[in-house]
Amino acid sequence: MHIGKLIILSIFITIFLAGCDSRYLILNPQGAVAQKEYHLIIFSIFLCAIVVIPVLGLLVYIVLRYRDKPGNKAPYRPDWDDSKRLEFIWWGIPIIIIGILGFATAKTTYDLVDPPKKDVKPLTIEVTSLDWKWLFQYPDQNIATVNYVEIPKDVPVQFVLTSDAPMNSFWVPQLGGQLYTMPGMAMGLWLQADRKGEYFGSGANFTGEGFAHMNFKVKSTSTKEFNQWVKQVKETAPALTKADYNSLAKQGLSLEKSYSTIPKGLFQEIVIKNGGQYYSQHHHMKNEDMKTMNVASDEQTHTQHEHQEGGK
Amino acid sequence: MLDKLKDFSSRFFVTGEPMIYGADVAILLTLAGIIFVLTYLKKWKWLWREWLTTVDHKKIGIMYMLSSLLMLFRGGVDALLMRIQLAFPQWHFLDSNHYNEIFTTHGTIMILFMAMPLMFAFFNIVVPLQIGARDVAYPFLNAVSFWLFFFGAMLFNLSFVIGGSPDAGWLSYPPLSGMQFSPGPGQDFYIWGIQISGIGSLASGINFIMTILKMRAPGMKLMHMPLFTWSVLASCIIIIFAFPVLTVTLALLFIDRFFDGHLFTMTGGGNPMMYINLIWMWGHPEVYIVVLPAFGIFSEIVATFSQKKIFGYKSMVFSMMIISVLSYFTWVHHFFTMGAGANVNVFFAITTMAIGIPTGVKVFNWLFTMFRGRIQMTQPMLWTIAFIPCFVVGGATGVMLSAAPADYQYHNSYFLVAHFHQVLIGGVVFGFFAGLYYWWPKMFGFKLNDRLGKWAFWTWNIGFYVCFMPQYALGFMGMTRRIYTYDFDMGWGPLNVISTVGAFFMGIGFIFQAWQILHGIKYGERDVTGDPWNGRTLEWSIPSPPPHYNFAVIPTVTGQDAWWTIKEERKKKKAKETAVFSPIHMPKNSGIPFIMSVFWFIAGFGLTFHWVWMAIFGLTGVGACLLARSFQYNSDYYIPVDEIRHTEDSVGRVG
Repeated sequence: MHIGKLIILSIFITIFLAGCDSRYLILNPQGAVAQKEYHLIIFSIFLCAIVVIPVLGLLVYIVLRYRDKPGNKAPYRPDWDDSKRLEFIWWGIPIIIIGILGFATAKTTYDLVDPPKKDVKPLTIEVTSLDWKWLFQYPDQNIATVNYVEIPKDVPVQFVLTSDAPMNSFWVPQLGGQLYTMPGMAMGLWLQADRKGEYFGSGANFTGEGFAHMNFKVKSTSTKEFNQWVKQVKETAPALTKADYNSLAKQGLSLEKSYSTIPKGLFQEIVIKNGGQYYSQHHHMKNEDMKTMNVASDEQTHTQHEHQEGGK
Repeated sequence: MLDKLKDFSSRFFVTGEPMIYGADVAILLTLAGIIFVLTYLKKWKWLWREWLTTVDHKKIGIMYMLSSLLMLFRGGVDALLMRIQLAFPQWHFLDSNHYNEIFTTHGTIMILFMAMPLMFAFFNIVVPLQIGARDVAYPFLNAVSFWLFFFGAMLFNLSFVIGGSPDAGWLSYPPLSGMQFSPGPGQDFYIWGIQISGIGSLASGINFIMTILKMRAPGMKLMHMPLFTWSVLASCIIIIFAFPVLTVTLALLFIDRFFDGHLFTMTGGGNPMMYINLIWMWGHPEVYIVVLPAFGIFSEIVATFSQKKIFGYKSMVFSMMIISVLSYFTWVHHFFTMGAGANVNVFFAITTMAIGIPTGVKVFNWLFTMFRGRIQMTQPMLWTIAFIPCFVVGGATGVMLSAAPADYQYHNSYFLVAHFHQVLIGGVVFGFFAGLYYWWPKMFGFKLNDRLGKWAFWTWNIGFYVCFMPQYALGFMGMTRRIYTYDFDMGWGPLNVISTVGAFFMGIGFIFQAWQILHGIKYGERDVTGDPWNGRTLEWSIPSPPPHYNFAVIPTVTGQDAWWTIKEERKKKKAKETAVFSPIHMPKNSGIPFIMSVFWFIAGFGLTFHWVWMAIFGLTGVGACLLARSFQYNSDYYIPVDEIRHTEDSVGRVG
């Protein structure tokens, strides 16, 4: 029994002391979004502790004091079953705590809708989760990468997410929380890196056989280095053709890749192919930031229909 | 012809893994063994008459219990296989597909075929006894419920050796679970296994609501009911609203798969988000369906072993009812990351946190039941005391998860895995174990060994913390759920090894419990009083195990803790009142529930393999059984007074 307690204690200590370790990605935020989420996490731990610690203390005290053993002098009142004052306290305190936490949660939720910085022109990256790899397209730079992504630090990045495979989730813990990638939809997620570095990213929603291998690297550099990298990719990498994309989209794993140009409208085509036209009919795409998502233009939809019918 | 047969059987039977062949052999040997023993001891008739056709709620409860313990074993082995695979980075024990099947079946089995039936076992065994009834409201329907669950579970488990297991996660999100990405019969096994047993669950929900509302002993008002009965009522109210949602959702998924519908694929104007919403509209209330009865069990145990009235009875009832209503307004917290927008996320974050309030109140009421009591450290009480810190911490991590932006970081990570295991094991499993130890003497007439019980208790508890505390940390390290392997450079290795060790401790705990049961059958201390714990509620007023008709004379109730009150009065009066027996009206046994469920199984199997002729045959059989039942007029009988007197005499309760 004592050994058991020791083991438990040592595990707790390992976990909490290890929190300072840089491998605890969520506890080492590297960007404004992750920072806000981290603050909320710490705040919620603190609020929970206000209830949890006294309850645990009370449990130990009560169990030790009121054990049924001969000679126990503690009071015994078998019919005492009601106290309005006590009940008022333990209905009241949790309500207050939940109120505070609810307020903090609401504030952070609304905060995260907007880009972390408003005075810097954001970068847009279109993300497609495939079986079982990630395709990143830079519409403004007209380049693309697979399984790695490079971003300039201190610049808000809007990741526009979709999927050409089962639903996945795009997650870079040190830069911020995740958002689902869903076929036929394009959703925006703001992230930003505050310093240079390499961050771990992964697909967080199960998609079958190769799911465990859907990790990618996020590298943040200075704006200058970023521009150099774009230039280098443009000069050295091959172009991404439709045929390349079709073979990428097949089930299988992939190494890191770079492409110097992307087929025009590929991302929109992916969204529409998976049913985007139905979705945009029913949901006004409220996010004005999705400038890349002017996909509901009749012309494209029309072409797509013809394409599908032709395919049959 | 031969080639065709070969080709068919290679697709029909699961092949390739030595482990599967081992399982095939084990299944065949077990079956042969059972058939041999039954034939050798000439027990076939006994099996049919006493068990397969019974409508007695106590026997049905025991069958629920045995099947769910078997399922706990299977789900537990699944868990250990997963933990072995994850123990080391880049370990090759299971391949990806096999791992995916195992985590899918682990989740499905533990919730639907372990927690649910174990819960129904308690409903069946305890509720009629606590409210002073002789059976449930619809005994025949009760048998139908059990056999539907049983054959649904068998159908699901069959996928292990025939056709291949489902591998799209325990809630099978489309498009992954659609025909395009999951073409095999695994998903259809999933759909029909759950559908068939789900009908049974819904029927049980209706049955127990009616039992509680209509079958209470005279004088037992709603606010006199034991808290376990209240918790069953709360749970059943959730069942009758939630299970139809599950049935419809899976039916729609089947339409997508079988008729090539596009309800959940965007390409035809459908929407996978619809499925995710629907399945969680069942899935979240489901969590409360299984945990509320556990709360009820703890309430009974805390009062009994603190030798004190439950503290804040009204508050307890009120909080359970709030939970059962609120449980419908939280489902979106399972996918805050679906991008539903800030307003939606804030609403569901706050409703989720709000559920913490009534739950917290219950914890305080349990604590203050013990306060100024006299706590007896029996086995049920040990599990109850272990539950409190475990559930409080699990609840706190639940509140942490409910803060939507924080959830963006926890979602689908091991933090989440650790959280729901902590509330489901710490709440539901500990609760049901406590209940098993508590009502075991009532069910079987003997107690379980204390020493073995303490070993089981400590290995389970230590194992639990060693297994799941590191998983919280792994979540903070960015490890996502459902991955079958990971790289060295993430630093996830050491904590995963620790976690695996903990899982094995829990496995050892289970072995101690199995040993405890076998030991008890042979050497268990007999309970001749019917009231081994000095209980407070009516089930302790009758012999253990209870006679077929439960109460020779239905008691009259005047307040809470009915049996306690009767005992107090008897102490004062000293003279025993003589009971006057009258004939007891009881339902007759019937083979129809069993036969009908076999037909359901056949239909389910046909639908799984898309063999329409077989499905039609099975469903016709189901229809025929329903018809046969509706022409059965002679379905009840009376137990004569002499027989009652004889039975009561034989257990030492002279009338």
